[in-house]
Amino acid sequence: MSHKKILLNFERNGTSHTLESYLKRGGYQTIAEKIPALSPAEVLEEVKKSAIRGRGGAGFPAGIKWSFLPKDNDKPVYLICNGDEGEPGTFKDRVILEENPHMLIEGMILASYAIRAKHAYIYIRGEYGFALERVKAAVKEAYETGYLGKPLKGTDFVCEITVHKGAGAYVVGDETGLMNSIEGKKGQTRNKPPFPAIEGLYKCPTIINNVETLASVPWIIANGGDAYHKIGTEKSSGTKLLSVSGHVRKPGVYEVELGYSFMDFLNNEAGGIIDGKKLKAVIPGGSSTPVLKPEDIKDMTIDYESITAAGSSLGSGAVIVIAEGTCMVKLLEILTHFYQHESCGQCTPCREGTGWLHRIVRRIEEGNGKMEDLDLLTSITKHIAFHTICPLGDAACGPVDSFVKKFRKEFEEHIKQGGCPYSGKFVRFQEKV
Amino acid sequence: MDFTDAEKKEIAYLRTRYPEARSLTLPLMWMIQKREGFVSDEAVDLIAAELDIPKIWVEEVRSWYSMFTEKKEGKYVLEVCSNISCAMLGSQDVIDHICKTLKIKIGETTPDGMFTLKTVECLGSCGTGPMMQVGDRYYELLDEKKVDQILEDLRNGKEHEQKPQEWPEYK
Ligand code: SF4
Ligand code: FES
Repeated sequence: MSHKKILLNFERNGTSHTLESYLKRGGYQTIAEKIPALSPAEVLEEVKKSAIRGRGGAGFPAGIKWSFLPKDNDKPVYLICNGDEGEPGTFKDRVILEENPHMLIEGMILASYAIRAKHAYIYIRGEYGFALERVKAAVKEAYETGYLGKPLKGTDFVCEITVHKGAGAYVVGDETGLMNSIEGKKGQTRNKPPFPAIEGLYKCPTIINNVETLASVPWIIANGGDAYHKIGTEKSSGTKLLSVSGHVRKPGVYEVELGYSFMDFLNNEAGGIIDGKKLKAVIPGGSSTPVLKPEDIKDMTIDYESITAAGSSLGSGAVIVIAEGTCMVKLLEILTHFYQHESCGQCTPCREGTGWLHRIVRRIEEGNGKMEDLDLLTSITKHIAFHTICPLGDAACGPVDSFVKKFRKEFEEHIKQGGCPYSGKFVRFQEKV
Repeated sequence: MDFTDAEKKEIAYLRTRYPEARSLTLPLMWMIQKREGFVSDEAVDLIAAELDIPKIWVEEVRSWYSMFTEKKEGKYVLEVCSNISCAMLGSQDVIDHICKTLKIKIGETTPDGMFTLKTVECLGSCGTGPMMQVGDRYYELLDEKKVDQILEDLRNGKEHEQKPQEWPEYK
């Protein structure tokens, strides 16, 4: 299958991030040609027609989100680009930020215009030093050329973008945590409602979208929402960036049309499993999505519905591939540690529960587990999931429930043997071709 | 302690980019950490005074985010990712090797003040693991030999030039 390239439609030759290179491949044409003839409502309409779903993890349709903004409103409206890519396994936005930042800026101009945003912020995780440098340079170029800071051709609309650097916190990836962080506070999440579209940044109506979502907007406006909707499947339109890591021959970031067979993707694009090993498990959408076994993914296609039907979720599109010989208990120990570390501490079930989960998994891994621990784990997750302010609580439970359910034997072996059958080690595959 | 003239100019500009001064807390903290290597109590006072906000607001930002440090650490802080994908590709071996070579444990600093070793959660470089961050640079696809070379280079003040990721191909 040949895949339409919307976001990675350039050669990776080290210059794709510059304005010059972006203009050469047709960049900013929507600003020069489409905007003068399109009203904000028409831009919004095209995005709605495209049916693009938010690419940050939750998968909510972007156009519908935009239309939640109050109709009569005299407060300023804000747009935020969520570039706090913190879900383990996920590194797909980094490619856009580092190598195609102008496409993101163009998308943000279009989105700002559609929602009449007074100011747009790009929030980039503090760890992404290089991405930050490149995005800042691109924003500077866009100001110098007059795409930003000056009225757009044929309109009185001026787009302003400010780049904001995060400082390390997974929970800031949640929209409300991210807004608190821009306001200079701890990045703890807020209760919803009110939803950001009604009361967000500085208590004003705010739209937050992921990097990949916003970077897709220029193509949608250039070609029309209907054309975008024709790519992919009926309910999962367009292309998706997948970041692939773990025991695959060719890790990296790939753009595929939604609806593509997962096994084909794994074997063709990602090159299959390294070292001739067999596939043991796949985490299809980032660390918070439930793990799947080879038999679950035989007929799975890469789109929101199919992966949900297989028992997991497309999430952020971070495919983590696990080969035979890897200790699943050890992997779960790493993941539960992560959620404990990142819990912001506001809700008791999450704050106490994530630590408790980690301590139990660790003792099983170390050989001190009891059989009752397995049921205890799943009973704890029942008290965390959906009893917390933000989705981190639920996110912590997805891996625990699925690992224990799908690899129960392995957990039992650890408990029976009083230790790890794999001696806690991973097979380390490192030889390059 | 005070901001430099260049920093003051930058602050004046930043004030035009946010409707509320408190939003400058993270940018100013980064400014100081970049210059000093950490954010001291004195720096917290300075930021609070500059933005005219209570010190506790600044203090809670410093302590809440994992990237701000309160005390001076080694000249180079080696932050090795220990999350899932890096672990599957051998981050533990990299950590063990650094401990052995530098004769320190995780969280410690070498007696000469050159290196501090830390483990961190996923840094978005999972396809090029095992990896570590040193300052604002990423060092990817690590193995023992590569680590030795990096330590040697850093000792000589040589940081590498950051480029976009290049993904490997394995057998
Ligand atoms: S679920 Fe966890 S991370 Fe989210 S608000 Fe509650 S304590 Fe914080
Ligand atoms: S798992 Fe190490 S960078 Fe993501």
